Amino acid sequence: MAMNLRTMPTVVYLLAVLVFIYSPVVVLVLFSFQDGLLPVPPFNGPSLQWYQKMWGNERLMDALINSVLVALGSGIVSTFLGFLAAYGLARNQSRFTSSIRFLLMSPLTVSYLIIGVGLLITLNLIGIPKSLFAIGIGHVVINLPLCFAIVFSQFGDHLRNIEWAARDLGAGDFEVFFLVIAPIMRPALLAAFCLSATLSWDEFIVAFLLSRFEVTLPVIIFEMLRAGLTPEVNAASTMVFAISMTMVGLAAAFIISRRGK
Amino acid sequence: MVVVSFWTRDRGGLNATWTAKNYITFFGRDYLVESLYNSVEVTLISTAISVLLAYPLAYILAYRVPRKWQALTLLIFVLPFWTAYVVRSYGWLLILSENGILNLVLQGLSIIDQPWELAYTRTATVLGFVHFFTMLLTLTIYANLVQIKPSYLNAAADLGASKLQGFLRITLPLSMPGVAVGAFISFVICIGDYVTPQILGGGTEVLVPQAIMLQISRAANFPMASVMAITLMVVVVVVYLMSAKHLKMERV
Repeated sequence: MAMNLRTMPTVVYLLAVLVFIYSPVVVLVLFSFQDGLLPVPPFNGPSLQWYQKMWGNERLMDALINSVLVALGSGIVSTFLGFLAAYGLARNQSRFTSSIRFLLMSPLTVSYLIIGVGLLITLNLIGIPKSLFAIGIGHVVINLPLCFAIVFSQFGDHLRNIEWAARDLGAGDFEVFFLVIAPIMRPALLAAFCLSATLSWDEFIVAFLLSRFEVTLPVIIFEMLRAGLTPEVNAASTMVFAISMTMVGLAAAFIISRRGK
Repeated sequence: MVVVSFWTRDRGGLNATWTAKNYITFFGRDYLVESLYNSVEVTLISTAISVLLAYPLAYILAYRVPRKWQALTLLIFVLPFWTAYVVRSYGWLLILSENGILNLVLQGLSIIDQPWELAYTRTATVLGFVHFFTMLLTLTIYANLVQIKPSYLNAAADLGASKLQGFLRITLPLSMPGVAVGAFISFVICIGDYVTPQILGGGTEVLVPQAIMLQISRAANFPMASVMAITLMVVVVVVYLMSAKHLKMERV
């Protein structure tokens, strides 16, 4: 196929879509540096005042810490559980394998709102109050299928042979798992961790439903929006956006490094 | 496996609180049925527009961009996909608001002279969804397009098919699984999303997720909220069954 990238319609279309896709982000970031009270044109020149204000906003900073805790915690737990599930399923093939796999993946097709409502009711019944811990549980539920899928897709027959070799050399269950399988799977595990931490970091509805006093960043941004539009919301949003992009970039790097081998 | 048991218990917990009465109430109240109708309508419109926007983009990325640049270009085009819902919707709100960029540009170009009140309308909601799903569909369609072997097209050309025929009868049908999977995921996300309609749509019309949140936050009526959540799930399952033969999840 000829590389006629320079044909006008193609380029115009690409540019138009690019503008469409990036416009909200650009506007958001630009007006976080607004020197004025409103995050709308005209742009009065760059200023860091809103970032300073954000830094001094205690509720926002608490939310930042909460978000980091939940993202790291739920990321680690869901990656670990997803890894265990994938390992167990890949190693012990049985006639239930495909149905268990289906069961593990099926939550991917349920919207977060429904998961959130279900969790709210369940946690209520068990007696776990709305808290950061509850949000963490919610995010593990959301992210586990994804982690499982990512890790499971990387298990192949070669791993089985490596495992047998390790066992022949006298490795026990524990050693096989932590010294052989886990290091080999490291890029997949890191990618799964980065993606689930990002999803948790960005997630709103479950956090909103399961929180009372300890809120996460998306929840507090949503609450600030109700009070009105200020460049401070832009500053907070820009921070959320920048961190998400970093995490996704890392995940992409891990996946690509895996392919490179 | 702990998690699986958690899931079934989760659903079972809902089950125990059901009585048919809630369902009768749900379908008996016009505004609730209307919210379901609105939800389905918004979802279908958003998904359809997104497919139309994403297909050419994925096609260009897969066939017109040199191979070694493809991964990077794709990444650039779908990067904002990973923005938080709240943040993305807020960005659109800034653009669409009465003093926002869009009105400024349109007025500057003298296309309109009165500010166009787009924020807090259904159009704004649909736009917010389309923005997100265009990226998602581009991913799934692209993943599908690059799997189609060029030899099929060459064979068709050898047999005398024009470029258009080749596209219509080979590329398009073979890429349908990617479209179907992407559209299905969009459908699921769209019909269950609270943030976008709440921030961008304002209070002009109520969609099911907003109705659910109202039941929870205002009335603390969990059974009613569950009924609505289950209704949403049933809609999703019906759509899944209707499109099941096109859906091959493992391709994504």
